Amino acid sequence: MSAPTPGRGVRGRDDGALSGGSVVVRLADVSLRYGRTLAVDAVSLDVPAGLMVGLIGPDGVGKSSLLSLIAGARAIQQGEVIALGADMGRRSSRERVMPRIAYMPQGLGKNLYPTLSVRENLEFFGRLFGHGRAERDRRIADLTRATGLAPFVDRPAGKLSGGMKQKLGLCCALIHDPDLLILDEPTTGVDPLSRRQFWDLIARLRIERPEMSVIVATAYMDEAATFDWLVAMHAGRVLATGTPTALLERTRAPTLERAFIALLPDAVQAAHREVIIPPRNDGDGLAIEAEGLTKRFGAFTAVDHVSLAIERGEIFGFLGSNGCGKTTTMKMLTGLLPPSEGWARLFGQEIDPHNLATRRRVGYMSQAFSLYTELTVRQNLELHARLYAVPEREIGGRVAEMLDRFDLGDTSDALPEALPLGHRQRLSLAVAMIHKPEMLILDEPTSGVDPIARDGFWQLLADLSRTDRVTIFISTHFMNEAERCDRISLMHAGRVLVSDAPDAIVEARGAASLEDAFIAYLEEAVAEGAVEEAAAEAPGALEDAAHEPVAASAGWRRIFDPRRMLSYSRREALELRRDPVRLTLALLGSLILLFVMGYGISLDVEDLTVAVLDRDDTTLSRDYAQNVTGSRYFVETPALTSYAELDRRMREGELSVAIELPPGFARDLSRGRPVEVGAWIDGAMPTRAETVLSYVGGMHATWLTRKAAEIGQSGALAAPASVETRFRYNPDVKSLVAMVPAVIAILLMMIPAMLAALSVVREKELGSIVNFYVTPTTRFEFLLGKQIPYVAISMLSFVILVIAAVTVFEVPLKGSIPALFAGALVYCFAATGIGLVISTFTRSQIAAIFGSAILTTLPAISFSGLIDPVSSLQGFGRVVGEIYPTTYFLTISRGTFSKALGFADLGASFLALTIAVPVLLVITAALLKKQER
Amino acid sequence: MRLANVLHLGIKELRSLGRDRTMVILIVYAFTLAIYAAASAEPESLNRAPIAIVDEDRSALSQRIVDAFYPPYFVPPKLIDQNAMDARMDAGLDTFALDIPPDFQSDVLAGRQPAIQLNVDATRMSQAFTGSSYINEIVTEEVAEFVNHHRNGTDIPVELVSRIRFNPELEKAWFGSVMELINNVTLLAIVLTGAALIREREHGTIEHLLVMPVTPAEIMTSKIWAMGLVVLVATTFTLFVIVRGLLQVPLSGSIPLFLGGAALDIVATTALGILLGTVARSMPQFGLLFVLVLLPLQMLSGASTPYESMPQLVQLVMLAAPNTHFVMLAQAVLFRDAGIGVVWPQLVAMTVIGAVLFALALSRFRKSIGTMA
Repeated sequence: MSAPTPGRGVRGRDDGALSGGSVVVRLADVSLRYGRTLAVDAVSLDVPAGLMVGLIGPDGVGKSSLLSLIAGARAIQQGEVIALGADMGRRSSRERVMPRIAYMPQGLGKNLYPTLSVRENLEFFGRLFGHGRAERDRRIADLTRATGLAPFVDRPAGKLSGGMKQKLGLCCALIHDPDLLILDEPTTGVDPLSRRQFWDLIARLRIERPEMSVIVATAYMDEAATFDWLVAMHAGRVLATGTPTALLERTRAPTLERAFIALLPDAVQAAHREVIIPPRNDGDGLAIEAEGLTKRFGAFTAVDHVSLAIERGEIFGFLGSNGCGKTTTMKMLTGLLPPSEGWARLFGQEIDPHNLATRRRVGYMSQAFSLYTELTVRQNLELHARLYAVPEREIGGRVAEMLDRFDLGDTSDALPEALPLGHRQRLSLAVAMIHKPEMLILDEPTSGVDPIARDGFWQLLADLSRTDRVTIFISTHFMNEAERCDRISLMHAGRVLVSDAPDAIVEARGAASLEDAFIAYLEEAVAEGAVEEAAAEAPGALEDAAHEPVAASAGWRRIFDPRRMLSYSRREALELRRDPVRLTLALLGSLILLFVMGYGISLDVEDLTVAVLDRDDTTLSRDYAQNVTGSRYFVETPALTSYAELDRRMREGELSVAIELPPGFARDLSRGRPVEVGAWIDGAMPTRAETVLSYVGGMHATWLTRKAAEIGQSGALAAPASVETRFRYNPDVKSLVAMVPAVIAILLMMIPAMLAALSVVREKELGSIVNFYVTPTTRFEFLLGKQIPYVAISMLSFVILVIAAVTVFEVPLKGSIPALFAGALVYCFAATGIGLVISTFTRSQIAAIFGSAILTTLPAISFSGLIDPVSSLQGFGRVVGEIYPTTYFLTISRGTFSKALGFADLGASFLALTIAVPVLLVITAALLKKQER
Repeated sequence: MRLANVLHLGIKELRSLGRDRTMVILIVYAFTLAIYAAASAEPESLNRAPIAIVDEDRSALSQRIVDAFYPPYFVPPKLIDQNAMDARMDAGLDTFALDIPPDFQSDVLAGRQPAIQLNVDATRMSQAFTGSSYINEIVTEEVAEFVNHHRNGTDIPVELVSRIRFNPELEKAWFGSVMELINNVTLLAIVLTGAALIREREHGTIEHLLVMPVTPAEIMTSKIWAMGLVVLVATTFTLFVIVRGLLQVPLSGSIPLFLGGAALDIVATTALGILLGTVARSMPQFGLLFVLVLLPLQMLSGASTPYESMPQLVQLVMLAAPNTHFVMLAQAVLFRDAGIGVVWPQLVAMTVIGAVLFALALSRFRKSIGTMA
């Protein structure tokens, strides 16, 4: 790591307002609101530099909001935030300082890309900060060795355990040698062994780079006790700051956890009670029994012969690192997953996924927050009560009881997303309890919940177990929670290592604490299975060689750096490559559609049904009828006998046209009296009727000419002039020749637009958009970078389509091939551009899919000249057609395919198409926010 | 299956949809402005066809012919010279170019039967055909009248009188609005159920449902009724307010029968949406799969080109699509005033297709539960 150079740290920078010199972050009167909720309430704070600073406090007190404001991920609403001497409220200074800040958001692997490997994730971030190849490789080698990730560089991030994900997240944050490292609850949901390794790693890093400041939000008070300086927060305000010792002294508390509680306002303190779990009465029969329970996913054994026996009313704890099989075991116990081997019984009954009666006796709370975010707290409770068949008249009372018992009364009409995590967990539990189950299965219910809320939660569990005799099966990472269980099981790599009462485990191991005993068991298990992941290679120290200084983006590169853009392209392309189904759908799908639509859409109106109502029935009338029915366009159906029949059959859609020959047709004709032949046409489908009309008219004229010639009156009937019609470009008037180039244009709009439409909104929905917020990436780099791989794949698909058109459909490509390809390239940019516009203004992927379909099909199919030329359209459709890119590419496609045209002839279309690309890009950039609001 | 569960889960679906404001706006757009625009943009059979004329004769007769082309059938003709003709057609500015040769009038009067050349851009299939026959007719008529004026000609003894039924003026908005409505019904029904299923899976809420005393059939049925109801309400609204109200399409047939058909079609397409939702593993995959299914459904159902003119194989395959039958039913009921006696085969077909799709979707949904968790 680079040696501290003068002027590199906070000291001596002249672009900021700082004078003190030892402050890394200064907050002045900072407030933040989400709708009506005040998350941060006029906070003023100076954070000293070069220290390990901890933000402690319950959930929803504004820790995460504060961190995201400091990191520049969220727009400042009120107040001033100065980080590393730069005003984070001003765009220019924020952009300048961004490369020196690293931010790791809350949530396991939230800023990682699950389908990309460890190395690819790191390379992506390396490129964003402009590292060359050699530099990148060296940094990645360093970081992965230091974190013990080196043996797993080729593993997809999504397949890493929770602890490893967080280590990778840390590596990604550290790749550019930040001066300020911001970590938001980095160890939440991580097992004790990984947690210990994580902090060891941070400690080593700080020895290497003492000038680096670290700000951490954490829910673990034992962790916070080791930090240099703490900020205790409550209800959006700062309660106290100082070193841990100072806080302990001030409150005269033995532990930080107590000290924090003592710092709280009296009213909140009063609500806190020590958790008391009365002893349990024995012998009440078994609630859960499992024998040899095994689950395999392909070659991978997630759960390996687990046997359990849990008594009624027992609190049974389940501990283990992430990915060790806890969740899978729980899913088998609830009947959600069928076991591959072994059996499990609930209340003496074998678990049968189809037996709904046992499910009513169980309440389940899953690890991921899985309530309906679109329903309010009350609606969630009511829905679950109804689904669990709580009698309708009891629901009101039951919901009120739950709101009261779980202290949710004030928030009953709020949406879960607006609630702090601790409240949400309580709601989850309330939902799991609404039907008064005899057993609760809780999968890490307290991850990320603050100490007071956790204690309150445990008191609820204790009451349920001891008073209501509910069996509780709970998985957790917190040792103090594990200690409260009647019995616990340690699980690792799908197997149960030990299963006993907590005290007995500590004793058997001769360890000082349950945590030490647990780590000892884990290390033993890891050593046994040397091939297994965790720390297979002892983490090495960071190499001391000085890194090249981060290539500073200066001048134009700060506004647009091709390397950052390509880094996004590369990542998007990798994700696409990892999803072969999507790739195949994009390429093969368009080919299939070309076939289906090329052959299927036929503008040749043929095989029309016709019937004759011949009320004359003479040789002449039959001759006239024959002239019509014998045509290749018509299919004759049985003759009509009456008007009633004509009416009925036409109404039934059986007839497209009926020819009516009047009585006396032959006689009148021979006497030269005027005769009227009737053509009844079904006008329900106007285009078809139109064509029928012209067919019948033509046949009528032909018949007349023929008759005139027969009776020697040709002179009288011969037209004084004739019209010679030349069908140009498509002399045989073949549908295929007209349709195939047009279908290509439509496909090249819809599929690229759909591909691009999900790219931004998906990152928004899944959280990785934060990387865009906190890295120096600009909007245009981000958008163009995303666009390029989709344009590339669309061009590949275009080549396939053109080859199919020329070879399979035998549509001649007469004009300039370079012009066609150039047009397609610009068009693909426009199509993906439309997708990106949709992707930035929608908030959900569903809306993006629907929007993309609605905003591309109608304009491309109806308003762009596929069937009717744009110049004949009117109204709104005409306006859309005039500006829609498909119109112009359709001209280029048909022009080059059928009309033998080149660049020179298609200048106007190229111009219109080319203008669309930057216009779309600017619209998207205007819609895209560089910070969360 | 417990009906109460189906009811409550369905209400949940409706509430979820209501919270996604962008989605609601898009639905409103799709069922109002989009339909109106699609219907009103479509020209009457031949409307404002772009035509250019090269008049090399510059006689009274040639002027008479030029004057015969006027809106709404044609745009006022552009008078150009021969050199410009090819370039303009190449650029796609004109669909038709009429070349009146020198001495045309004198040749006609002398009975030398001269020919006028009509160039047609045949890549514009729809206009090319009807347009050229119109032009042919207009030119012949103008010449005949001109000649009759100069000498007394004979009458054509047999006249063809066409009587167009159900839509005498052949107004395309009538057909276009209803067909666009059907297209959007298909689109929305598939997205709402299919994407909603994947969203529940991506957010983990489906797993939560599955541990409750709720069966997959209940989950599926609830999605179908709730989303189907949204689509049906939107359809009814559009039919009355946009199609009948704004576009003034006289809907002659039984509207309850049409809506009954719509309900059957919606059940089948929502089930299709769920089926696609169980096939796709992620939202981006679903998006592409959706395009792959939607385009043929929309283009080949008979809503844009006549069903009977399609290749036999395509016709056969499209019989498996519920909306093909719905298109047939809609035409028969709304325009030809057909009753249940006429459209019962379509009703039966949609019921069968719906049942098959529902069964398929349910079996896949059940199977995929194991892999979802």
